Amino acid sequence: MSWFIARRLLSLAVTLLLATVVIFAVLEIVPGDPARLMLGINATDDAVATLREQLGLNQPVLMRYLSWIAGMFQGDLGHSFTYGSPVAELIGERIVVSLPLALMALAISTAIAIPVGIYAASRRGSATDTAIMAVTQFGIAVPNFWFALLLVYFFAIFLRWVPAGGFAGWDEGIASGFRSLLLPAVALALPQAAILSRVARSAIIEVLGEDFIRTARAKGLTRRAALWRHALRNALIPVVTIMGLQFAFLLAGTIIIENVFYLPGLGRLVYQAITQHDLPVVQGTVLFLVGFVVVTNFLVDITYAWIDPRLRRRGR
Amino acid sequence: MTDPVMPHMEVGLAPETSLASRLLASRSFATGAIITAVIVAMALVSFGWTPYDVTKIVIADRLKSPSLSHWFGTDHFGRDIFSMIMVGARNSIAVALVAVGIGLAAGVPLGAWAAARRGLVDDALMRFNDLVFAFPSILSAVMITAIFGPGAVNAIIAIGIFNIPVFARVTRGAALSLWPREYVLAARVSGKGAARITVEHILPNIANLLIVQATIQFSLGILAEAGLSYLGLGAQPPMPSWGRMLFEAQTMMAIGPHMAIFPGLAIIVTVLGLNLMGDGLRDALDPRLRGKG
Amino acid sequence: MNYVKTGKILVSLAVALMAATVLSPASAFAAKDNIVLGVALEPPNLDPTSNAAAAIDEVVYANVFEGLTRIGPNGEVLPALAESWDISEDGKVYTFHLHEGVKFHDGTDFNSEDVVFSLDRARGEDSTNAQKGLFKAIESVEAVDPSTVKVTLSSPQGGFLFNMGWGDAVMVAPESAATNNENPVGTGPFKFSKWNKGSSIEIVRNDDYWGDKVALAKAEFRIIPDAAAATSALLAGDVDGFSNFPAPEAVPQFEADPNFALVIGSTEGETILAMNNKKPPFDNLKVRQAISHAIDRQAIIDGAMFGFGTPIGTHFAPHHPAYRADLIDMYPHDVAKAKELLVEAGYADGFKATLKLPPPTYARRGGEIIASQLREVGIDLEIIPLEWKQWLEGPFKAKDFDLTIVSHTEPMDIGIYANPDYYFQYGTDEAKAIMAKLDATTDTEARYKLLGDMQELITKDAVNAYLFELAKIGVWNAKVEGLWTNSPIQANDLTGVKWKD
Repeated sequence: MSWFIARRLLSLAVTLLLATVVIFAVLEIVPGDPARLMLGINATDDAVATLREQLGLNQPVLMRYLSWIAGMFQGDLGHSFTYGSPVAELIGERIVVSLPLALMALAISTAIAIPVGIYAASRRGSATDTAIMAVTQFGIAVPNFWFALLLVYFFAIFLRWVPAGGFAGWDEGIASGFRSLLLPAVALALPQAAILSRVARSAIIEVLGEDFIRTARAKGLTRRAALWRHALRNALIPVVTIMGLQFAFLLAGTIIIENVFYLPGLGRLVYQAITQHDLPVVQGTVLFLVGFVVVTNFLVDITYAWIDPRLRRRGR
Repeated sequence: MTDPVMPHMEVGLAPETSLASRLLASRSFATGAIITAVIVAMALVSFGWTPYDVTKIVIADRLKSPSLSHWFGTDHFGRDIFSMIMVGARNSIAVALVAVGIGLAAGVPLGAWAAARRGLVDDALMRFNDLVFAFPSILSAVMITAIFGPGAVNAIIAIGIFNIPVFARVTRGAALSLWPREYVLAARVSGKGAARITVEHILPNIANLLIVQATIQFSLGILAEAGLSYLGLGAQPPMPSWGRMLFEAQTMMAIGPHMAIFPGLAIIVTVLGLNLMGDGLRDALDPRLRGKG
Repeated sequence: MNYVKTGKILVSLAVALMAATVLSPASAFAAKDNIVLGVALEPPNLDPTSNAAAAIDEVVYANVFEGLTRIGPNGEVLPALAESWDISEDGKVYTFHLHEGVKFHDGTDFNSEDVVFSLDRARGEDSTNAQKGLFKAIESVEAVDPSTVKVTLSSPQGGFLFNMGWGDAVMVAPESAATNNENPVGTGPFKFSKWNKGSSIEIVRNDDYWGDKVALAKAEFRIIPDAAAATSALLAGDVDGFSNFPAPEAVPQFEADPNFALVIGSTEGETILAMNNKKPPFDNLKVRQAISHAIDRQAIIDGAMFGFGTPIGTHFAPHHPAYRADLIDMYPHDVAKAKELLVEAGYADGFKATLKLPPPTYARRGGEIIASQLREVGIDLEIIPLEWKQWLEGPFKAKDFDLTIVSHTEPMDIGIYANPDYYFQYGTDEAKAIMAKLDATTDTEARYKLLGDMQELITKDAVNAYLFELAKIGVWNAKVEGLWTNSPIQANDLTGVKWKD
C-alpha cells in the first residue's frame, strides 16, 4: 500500500510540475502589455514605462518563472494586475463561494441520484425504469446554463423566492448565503444527477448479477434484503469514484454558471482575469484548480485501492 | 464540457455476431439515428436553402412570435429563428465533428503506439494524459479561445485537444487486451512488425469501440461548443450559433421567450439523439451491457 | 426499512432542506437609508488619480473624494473643497479659498499643503495619473496660508476650473495617497467601508463631514456586468436601481411597472463608426462618404438600442447649443448613392475589411447591423469582438483596425480631430488651425461659430460615420430620488439621494 501511495504521489508531483510549465508558457504568448492594460485608455507612455519597471516586467522569462515558483512555496502567488491585492488572498475570498456551491451541487445531485438509481435498478426493465432512464437521458442533454435561465425566470423573477443572482457575503448570514447559492447549485446539480443516477443504477445491476448475491439469494434472503445487505456497499465504489470526479470538476467547471448568476466565485475570477489579461491571477487560479483536481483524483485512487486491493498491483 | 463529467463508458469487445441485426432491433439506436439524421439533413439543406437569409437584418420584423411565416418566430434583429437554427446546426456539427476528428487522428495512433511499445512510451503517454485531464476542460477552452481570439476554428482546437487523451486511453486499453491474444501472437511469430500488426489486427478489432466513443465525444462536443459560444468565444456573427442565440435571448426572455426556447431545444434534441445512438451502438456491440449506464 | 422508503425519505429531506432555505425570512426589509446600485464594470482599483477607468469615478466621485471644484448634474462647475476663487486679469493666476475645518476620513486635516501635494503629485515626473493633460497648463502651485492656494498657469486656459472638477484631480492626503488603491481616504460625505472583489463595494456615511450630511447611511455598488443579470437583479429586487441600465430591450418591462422609475437622460457619448483614415481604402474620401451613405442610423438605434439614442450627423453632443443639427442631412441613408461613390473610388466590386467591436451592447449589436447594411453596398465585413483591454491595445493604441465602433463619452472632445496621432488618424492642418483659434477665443458666440466650423469640416471629410448620441437609461425604484438624470461626466453622485416615504 505505501509503495502504491508513494508512486501515486510521485506522479502527482510530476503532473503538477508539468502543469506549472504549461500554464506559465501558455500565458507568455498572450499578446498585450499588462502595464498599459492596467492604466487604461488615455495613459501616457511615460506612465506605462514607469509601471512596467515597478511590476518587474522587464526581467527575463526564466527569472520570472523561477521567482513565481519560489514565491509559491512561500504561499505568495504574486499580486493581481487589476486589483493590486495578493492573488492568494483573492483565491481565498472566492473559494468561500465556489466550495460551498460545489458541495451543495454535489449534495443535491447525490440526494436525487442515489434514490433514483436504487429505485430504477430494483425495478430493472419495468416501465418506471424505462421512464427514469429516458428522463436521465434528457437531463444529460440539457445545457446547464439554459436550465439556469429557466430557473431564474421562474423562481427568482416570477415567484421571487430566491435572489436572481449575486452573493452578499457570508457575513450577511448563513441563510442568505445559502439562498443565493440554491439556484446555481440546482442548475449545476441536474445534469450531474442524471449521470450519477445512471452510474448508480448500472453499478447496482452489475453487483446484483455477481456470485455472492446469488449465493445470498440462494441462502433464502429476499431480493430486497440482498440488495440492502450486500449490493449497495459494493456498488458504492464506482459511485464514489464518479462523485470524486464530479466534485473536482464542479469546483472548476462553474465558469458559465457563475457568470449567469454573477457569483463572485473562482470561475468568475478566472474568467474575468482571462478577459482582462490579469496574468498573475490566471496563473494562480488555474494552478490552484489543477492542483485541486489532481489531489482529488489522488484521494479517489487511494480510496479505491484501499477498498479493492487488487488495484494496487495494476499500474492504473 | 459544460457538464464535464461523463462516466467513462468502458466498452467491452464485441462477440462475432451480426451487428446490423442487433442495431436494427435497438429502439434507442433507431430513435437516436432518426433524430441525428434529421438534424444533419437540416444542416445540409441549409447550405443550399433556408426559409430566410440569416445574414439579412430587418429591424421592422423583429421579435415576431412563432407563426406560419416564421415557424420559430424572429429574433431582435428580425432574423428568422428557424433558419438560424438550421445554419447553427451546421456550425455545431462542424465544430464537434472536426474536434472528434482531431481526437481520433492524434489519440488513436498515440494509444496504439503506447500499447505496442509499452515501457517508457506508455509511461510518457500516461503522464501526458494525466496532465491534460488535470486541466478542467471548460477552463482551458476559455483560455485558448481568449488567447488566440474567439472564433469557430479556435473553438474546434480547444475542444479537440481534450478529445486526444480520451481516444488515446480507449485505444490503449483495448489494444493492451488484444496483444496477448492468439491471433496477434501468431502474427508476431510470423515476423510482422508492431505497426503492421496494429493496422491489420488491432485497429479493425477496436473500431467498434472507437465509434461508440466518437459518438459520445461528438455529443459532448456539441454541448461544449454551445457553452463556448454562449460566452461569446465560439463562431462569430453573422454566422449563427446555438450558444450565442441563447446568450442573445437572455435579456429578451420577457419580450421574446421563443428566442431562448428554440435554440435550447435544438441543443437538447441533438445531444439526446447522439446519446441514444451511442447507447444503442454500445448495447448492440456488447449485449451483456444492455440497459446499463 | 426498505430502499424505496429510504429513497422517499432522502427526497423529502432534500425538499425540506430546500424549503427551509427558501422560506427563511429574506434578510429583513431594507431600512430606508441604504441603497444598492448596479454598476456594469468593476473598478480596477479605487484611486481615481491612478487610472482612467470610469468605473472608479462611478463609485468614488463626489462620494468619497472631492476636488477643488466639482461638476454638477448638468455639467456646470460648482465649488467643492474650494468655497470660492479669484482669477487674475490675465487669466493666469487662480487663487482658491478653501473650506476650513475639513478632515480626511483618517482624521488628518485638509489644508493648502494637501492641495499642493495633490496637484504636484498628479503633474509630477513619475506620476501615473492617466489624465496628465489636465494639469499641463499649471506652472506652479503654492500655499499662501493654510486655507489659500495660488495656482499659476503658463497660459490662460478657459476650461481650467472644469478640469479641476475631474475625478483625476481630486484631493488626496500625503499620508494615505499610496494606499488609496485598496483603501481610499478622501474628504467626501461617504467613507469607504468594504470591497468584496468581483461582487460589490460598500460606502458608509461620514458623520464628520464638513458640509451637509447625506441622507443615506450606507450605499452598495453591486457589480453586474451582464445585461441579462442586470434585468433579473432589478426585477427580483436585488438592486434598487441602475444609473446606466445596460439592457435597453428590457426597458418596456420597467416602463409599465409603477414600482420603477424610468429616467432617460443624455450623455456626452457620441457613438461613431470610426474609420482608419490612414489605411487604404479608408484613406479615400469617396469610400468614407460611401460608408456614411450606406449607414441607416435609425435602424441601428432601433435595432441595437431599442430606440434609445439621438441620431447625430457630427461629433458633437446634440444638447449643446453649438451643435450643428443641419449636418445630419449631408449623408442621408442612400444605398444607390453609396454604390455610385464606391464605383467612382474604384471599388465597383466592393471590398473586404474588418470591424473590431469592444464589449458594450451598442458596439456588438450595432456592429452586426452595420455589417448587414454595408453588405448591401458590397462591403464585406469580418466582425472581430474584442475585450476592452484588447481594444485599447489594438485599435486605440496601435491603430490596428479598419473599422470600429465606440462611444466617445468625454465631454467636449472634438479636439481629438486636431490630433493626427489619435487612433482614427485625421488631424489635418485645417482642423488644427480651427482648434488653435478656438483656444485663443473667449467670446462665447465666436467660440460656438468655430465649433460649428469644426463640425462641418469633419462631417464634410466624412472622417468617421456618426451614428447616435448614447442615451442614459436610468431605471430605479420609484421611491428613490436624487439620482442624476443626465451624465455630463461618468459618476454616481449620491450626495442628494434619498428614499421618499
